Amino acid sequence: MKNLVKDLTSIIGPSSYEEPVVDYIEKSLKGKKNLEIKKDALGNLIVRKKGNGKKIMVAAHMDEIGFIVKHIDKNGFIRFAVVGGLFPHNIIENHVVFVNGVEGVIGYENKNFNWQNIPKTDEMFIDIGAKDKKDAEKKVNIGLLGAMKPTFVDLGKRISTKSLDDRIGCAILLQLALDDFQTDNDIYYVFTTQEEVGLRGAKTSAFSVSPDFAIAVDVTGTGDTPETHIMEVKLGEGPAIKVLDSGMVVRKPVIDFMVDVAKKNRIPYQLEILKGGTTDGMMIQTNKEGVLTGVVSVPTRYIHSQAEMCDMDDVENSVKLIKEILKMDLSKRGF
Amino acid sequence: MILKNLSEIFGPSGNECEIRDFIVETIKDHVDSLKIDKMGNIIAFKKGKNKNSKKVLLGAHMDEVGFMIKSIEENGMLRFLPAGSIDKRVVIGKNVLIGKEKVKGVICYKPIHLQRKDYNNIPDFDSLVIDIGSTEKKDAEKYVSVGDYAVFDTKFEKKGNIIKGKSFDDRLGCAAIIEILKERYENDLFGAFFVQEEVGLRGSKAAVFNIPADYAIVLEGTSAADMPHSKDEPDYPKMGDGVVITISDRSFFVHKDLFNETVSCAKENKIKYQFKQPMVGGTDGGEIHKSKEGVKTIVFAVPSRYIHSPVSYADLRDYRSMVDLTKKLLNKLK
Repeated sequence: MKNLVKDLTSIIGPSSYEEPVVDYIEKSLKGKKNLEIKKDALGNLIVRKKGNGKKIMVAAHMDEIGFIVKHIDKNGFIRFAVVGGLFPHNIIENHVVFVNGVEGVIGYENKNFNWQNIPKTDEMFIDIGAKDKKDAEKKVNIGLLGAMKPTFVDLGKRISTKSLDDRIGCAILLQLALDDFQTDNDIYYVFTTQEEVGLRGAKTSAFSVSPDFAIAVDVTGTGDTPETHIMEVKLGEGPAIKVLDSGMVVRKPVIDFMVDVAKKNRIPYQLEILKGGTTDGMMIQTNKEGVLTGVVSVPTRYIHSQAEMCDMDDVENSVKLIKEILKMDLSKRGF
Repeated sequence: MILKNLSEIFGPSGNECEIRDFIVETIKDHVDSLKIDKMGNIIAFKKGKNKNSKKVLLGAHMDEVGFMIKSIEENGMLRFLPAGSIDKRVVIGKNVLIGKEKVKGVICYKPIHLQRKDYNNIPDFDSLVIDIGSTEKKDAEKYVSVGDYAVFDTKFEKKGNIIKGKSFDDRLGCAAIIEILKERYENDLFGAFFVQEEVGLRGSKAAVFNIPADYAIVLEGTSAADMPHSKDEPDYPKMGDGVVITISDRSFFVHKDLFNETVSCAKENKIKYQFKQPMVGGTDGGEIHKSKEGVKTIVFAVPSRYIHSPVSYADLRDYRSMVDLTKKLLNKLK
């Protein structure tokens, strides 16, 4: 599974440019005759494993944070706008890649620089090594998107790279879709778009799928690094079952259900209370009349940086936990 | 000139009655059906020539930025709130029209003689008042009441291709739809005029729920950036450089296939076009494209200098490009 994660995180797919991720997933699912695949107007990839039971939507987002070209100055430096939560302190002097493969480095206006103040992103620029505007215009254009350069670091059980948020969720969904486990449920693996800019893909896909129950799969922060925020979640202690984040409160029956499944199958788990951020789960939960929605989160350090870190044990256990949930007869829980 | 009416008619967010009445009166003989929904949006329909046509939603917002009177002081001065986003620095000393009777007022601030360099500070809306020339509350109450809306008092002018006036955001879009609705196209056409865009894309959100659109084209007035800059930074879109096509803004990314089709259509027909600065602003396109199962959406605009202020400029040639490109697409989209 590590190779799958490596492949998925090496794809450049900022919000609205998820096609390369779609292509990879479609290629991986080729030959799986039991699956129906479709795409919608927002580019969501909806993979259905047909069943007669309850409709379950499992969602992970394909997009990653990135940037978009706004201006090319006369010396060939590129001004950009951020796409999603690309934070200034994470990107200075990082290497970046545009979706057309052109590489560059992020520089900043330094005449007034002091160590107390981090420059804002509109005081930064991308240097693609062009000698002037004309030269730069051969390689990039207004509206071209890009993201941080993939730098996969294998630390054994743990790995570190860009866009684990949320290619790790895509990897989990893909692994589940490839697995021919038995279930009566009607399962929709939804690879969503534009999560990082406002959960947009989840909105339209939840509307068309209209599930009885949903699980969003995403990353969450941890409280296990020196002098960090107080948070119970640690790397390697199992998938986190979300209780609350800044966009949603998971309903108690859903939390209990997920915890029961984890306990029964002896899968390690943790309970997640996240202070900042939210997931597609928020949008799905409030779809139409409302949807019973849970979130399985992979504990991740350094989120929204080029060096996000997670533990492969948590990833494998997330697959196990979701698989067991998908096998359950939900009508017995009154869902 | 219909643009003169559209620019001058009163219609701040939440009080679109007058502009709505004018638009309904203007389009009613050119459309197959017309209704006003619960939010106050106008939704007109015009059947396409082609039986198997697609349904295209064409949308613009009727509302403009303005103010609401929130209280009347003992000395007859009116306290107010902005309706929509307005730069505090552009309102001081400007003429406004208030309420149904269009009572004239001016947004006042201390004359320079009475200041101790107060002008170095930017006043809050809370510290500003509208003066209608009354000296006591009782008198002011004869003319205005709490809850009345106000807009900038600006006369429309035209000089060659250049027009000057208020509310080009988005009465230029309204004018375009009114003009486009006069003809019949291959595709079915929904012409929608939305309310409350400036306070959070509220009208379009409700309207689009009942419009079974395959495609949506939003027509806007957008900020031109061709003014003096202190450094080498984006100076587009520019007045006179053609219709503005949005790649992305804070609410929306364009649908890629629709974008490619649009650009090739513009090139084919030699229609001048330019791009909007990515990730700036937001429009009704933001709500429309993620409505229900999702709608393939694109946003066009006329670049206009100084929008959301008492006076804007725009170039009629850009307006023409927007209308031409939209008409071509209405026949072309499949």
